[in-house]
Amino acid sequence: MRFGLIYTIITPENKLLIEEGKKQGVEFERISDSEALLPITHVQKDAPEVILQRSSSFTRTLYSTHYFEQCGSRVINSLRAQQICGDKAYSSTMLAKAGVPTPRTYVAFTAESALKAVEKLGYPCVIKPTVGSWARMVNRLNDRDSAEAVIESREVMGSAWQQIYYLQEHIEKPGRDIRAFVIGDEVVCAIYRISTEKSGWLTNTGRGGKAENCPITPELREIILKAAKITDEGIYGVDVMESKNGFVVHEINHTTEFRNSSAPTGVNIPAKMITWLKKQSKR
Amino acid sequence: MAECPECAGTIAIKEGTEVGEILSCPDCGSKLEVRSLNPVQLEKAPEVQEDWGE
Repeated sequence: MRFGLIYTIITPENKLLIEEGKKQGVEFERISDSEALLPITHVQKDAPEVILQRSSSFTRTLYSTHYFEQCGSRVINSLRAQQICGDKAYSSTMLAKAGVPTPRTYVAFTAESALKAVEKLGYPCVIKPTVGSWARMVNRLNDRDSAEAVIESREVMGSAWQQIYYLQEHIEKPGRDIRAFVIGDEVVCAIYRISTEKSGWLTNTGRGGKAENCPITPELREIILKAAKITDEGIYGVDVMESKNGFVVHEINHTTEFRNSSAPTGVNIPAKMITWLKKQSKR
Repeated sequence: MAECPECAGTIAIKEGTEVGEILSCPDCGSKLEVRSLNPVQLEKAPEVQEDWGE
């Protein structure tokens, strides 16, 4: 079996996966999406059977995954998974449709409609880009003034994506949320992401949030697996908040980071990923 | 050892470094991408883009 690794840069996660692959006899064929020239009118017959998609770029991910799936490769995660998980608007709809508790959310396409959504949600509420990570441009709107300021600034930004207004109810949480790691049909571990002085109201570890082990209760496992099943089986980071009414899933990450999660959980996440990957076969 | 293309400082290349890995220059703090290992070639790392993430 031949394995491929699509990447933009070798992140700490990608390096851990390459190293763990070597330990388990998986030598990844490297596909740098910065250097790739995809012959899209020619379906390659000799593409790797299984490809781990670890590009940093959501846009590149969609194109390269589509191409290699058409070549017959099993790409982890699938194009369908990337489309659903990589766009928060799609994820929210699919989570709600599957009966997974998720924050009440509106999408609006103009500033005027966005402000109507804000008034429906009440204050505080949250505005997020539909595409993107690491809490970039995620803002809490505390009042009408802050809502108008943020929405107006988004109006003048060049990217059309910034004018897709994704507005969500604010969930009161106990200064932390949960990132759970799903590989195949198993929740392998979870961490609490705890707000710190550095991260402010956010919890992302990349923004200074602190990681601690989170025990996986049967109730938590059930909601995480239900969320992961909105798309194809694969490798996901499912984000869960503890609201006063119970668990609420707000995001599923299709290229999940895990550099800060193996130590607090004691679970070798890249090893589990490679072990599962070896069991996959061509489409 | 390699030279930082931004400040000409010296950067140690550890064993096991991969092509595509991002290193920090200890002198100027620049983020640098390893473009090749033999010989070692470093370039300014790509900027994080709007659609980058997990």
